[in-house]
Amino acid sequence: MKTVVIEPTYEAWRDAARELLGEMVEPRNVIWQARLPRDAGEELLDFSEEVTRPSANRCHGFKVSREFMQLAKTVGSHRSGRQWSLMYEVLWAMTYGNDKTLLRRATDTRVRTLEKMRGMVSRDIHKMRAFVRFREVMAEDQNGEAREHYVAWFEPDHRIVRLNAPFFRKRFGGMNFSILTPDECMHWNGVKIRYSEGVSKDYAPEEDELEDLWRGYYRSIFNPARLKIKMMQSEMPKKYWKNLPEAEIIEELIRDSSDQVNRMMKEENRELKQRPNNKYLDHLDDLNRNDIEE
Amino acid sequence: MNTLRKLEILADAAKYDASCASSGAAKKDSSKGQGIGSTGGTGICHSYTPDGRCISLLKVLLTNVCLYDCHYCINRRSSNVRRALFTPEEVVDLTISFYKRNYIEGLFLSSGIVRSADYTMELVVRVAKLLRKEHHFKGYIHLKTIPEASPELIIEAGKYADRLSINIELPRHESLQKLAPEKSLVRTRDAMQTINSKISETIQARKEMRKVNSRAKRPSFATGQSTQMIVGADGSNDSDFLKRSEDMYGNFKMRRVYYSAFSPIPEPSVVLPLKAPPLVREHRLYQADWLLRFYQFKVGELTTEAEPNLDLDIDPKLSWALRNRDLFPLDINTAQLEMLYRIPGLGVRNAQRIVRVRSYHRVGLEDLIKLRVNLKKTMPFMICSDHNPAKLELSSEALRLKFAPPPEQMELDFSSLVPMLEADTKEDLKAKEAQQKMTAIAGKEARHGEF
Ligand code: SF4
Repeated sequence: MKTVVIEPTYEAWRDAARELLGEMVEPRNVIWQARLPRDAGEELLDFSEEVTRPSANRCHGFKVSREFMQLAKTVGSHRSGRQWSLMYEVLWAMTYGNDKTLLRRATDTRVRTLEKMRGMVSRDIHKMRAFVRFREVMAEDQNGEAREHYVAWFEPDHRIVRLNAPFFRKRFGGMNFSILTPDECMHWNGVKIRYSEGVSKDYAPEEDELEDLWRGYYRSIFNPARLKIKMMQSEMPKKYWKNLPEAEIIEELIRDSSDQVNRMMKEENRELKQRPNNKYLDHLDDLNRNDIEE
Repeated sequence: MNTLRKLEILADAAKYDASCASSGAAKKDSSKGQGIGSTGGTGICHSYTPDGRCISLLKVLLTNVCLYDCHYCINRRSSNVRRALFTPEEVVDLTISFYKRNYIEGLFLSSGIVRSADYTMELVVRVAKLLRKEHHFKGYIHLKTIPEASPELIIEAGKYADRLSINIELPRHESLQKLAPEKSLVRTRDAMQTINSKISETIQARKEMRKVNSRAKRPSFATGQSTQMIVGADGSNDSDFLKRSEDMYGNFKMRRVYYSAFSPIPEPSVVLPLKAPPLVREHRLYQADWLLRFYQFKVGELTTEAEPNLDLDIDPKLSWALRNRDLFPLDINTAQLEMLYRIPGLGVRNAQRIVRVRSYHRVGLEDLIKLRVNLKKTMPFMICSDHNPAKLELSSEALRLKFAPPPEQMELDFSSLVPMLEADTKEDLKAKEAQQKMTAIAGKEARHGEF
């Protein structure tokens, strides 16, 4: 029996798995354990540069499909840690077991579990893109001049900050921003992504002056005549509400909706108003007459 | 009037447009460090309001002042609603500020018609131009187009926008004449044609340039158009709606036809007094629309001359299957993929999975459970390795009763608000499950449909 302790990242698992494959260690003889990222060593701490570990140097010539790599990369971010041994089992079956089509058999239990985990991580990635909310703070650049900086606080279910970093970089390329999370923080200065240690919510700004406008918009775009609360909650579960400025008024909107509809239902019909004198409307009348003759 | 008040009025005026799609745009991003924004992935819903709708775009009117008198619309000239007017710069500012905070991923701009169609269209185009040219905005822009505006302006709009739309509003000419006297089906279809040919032309031109590896700047134009119809405001039946949708998808390559159940608006018109249709009708139309687009159904199969309306109690695919009982049960281990699509309870994705799995082994109930197929719905219609329903073990009538919800859930009109809310949420749950299954397939814009 062999116990393998890795950082909870796909890259760390991949390196270890390569070695184990090379030594022909069967999946049932491995116990996978994740080290907490805080103990992972200095290089993860404090504004480290984006590091790519040398990885190709211990390649033992195993060919694995791109499909599997993609699956493993995503599932590697799952917080449970249950994925490491499963991923190795599947990898073993695909290499030594010669079961090349394993991933395509959606009914295989291991594949299904991994796919399920992929679904959870993907959903989390998507929700982070949706529900991160930036707040503006004024920062100083090297020359002491004020410039905009945007800071967001987010609590992801899985360790997805790095998976999501390219998305945010592309979307907010011309903007300086930081996304703070309990696991790890990402920073963009228009040139380079940097990562730093996770922080608590206290580090994030508490408000932004635009939020009143945003809530005003949220209130007005809501149609009280079509309440579908469950639909809203299944897409935007309550656990996200505490970090969404608009969520403050949800209860109020729901409470007032039936009054609003009742008021609408009681409104008198409005009589037609005289058609104003307008050349353009005259022109339309002509056009419409022609239409009918056609 | 301050910005907040204007925003409230002009967002309120825009909320009856169902579209919030923000997908299907060409890939672009701001990673070069100039400006902000990106498009090209799946659409993102940044928030949801308690009506279950997604917010992905800042959806506003430039102004709700309007010369027209469309009776279903709160902005028509005969309504006494408060009016407001944004300057193009104000809209630009709001869009950028909201975008930078990740509230939205783009702008959906439309406008009431002031002075003339061209005058209004120019203002709308100005907003998009400012965003793209001055602010290097790479986010999503959807512009509502006025059919009466000159083709040059419509084409200019398309240069800056990712999507253009013109609402056809009602499926038939006569209804339009009565309820939107200034509008015309002929002009609307003409304008759609202008947009459609420009879209194809641009795709073609870009393809040619790629072929010869040209480094010249590629022409850019909106990648799609969509439209919306109001359901329940006129006497049109579901067959009228679906035929019009077929026209829209077939002749103008619409990305999407939206159906919006006529909803009570403040300031009801004498011509169109307030009477809301059951919301479930809208849902059934979306399901039928889905079957047309992804399941290879034809309008003539979903509605018949004798039954021009969709069954409100059960989904249109089940309804079709019950009318065609003699085709079932189908053996899922041998039937063609196109036929698998027709089995109630079986979605496109699972049908495709079954075809894949059955090349390894015969598919049985256990596999279907693993694929999370809705067995209750599927079993009477299919044969698999360990299941074979006695042919016609249940009559169509009995099956219909089995799947139709108890009658009281169906009273979805506004005179009984409470039962409506309950039934509506149940309907939602189904739609939701649907959505999860469907997003995966044609996904991107999935909001309705489950079979
Ligand atoms: S043109 Fe008709 S639908 Fe559009 S804003 Fe004016 S009244 Fe409303």
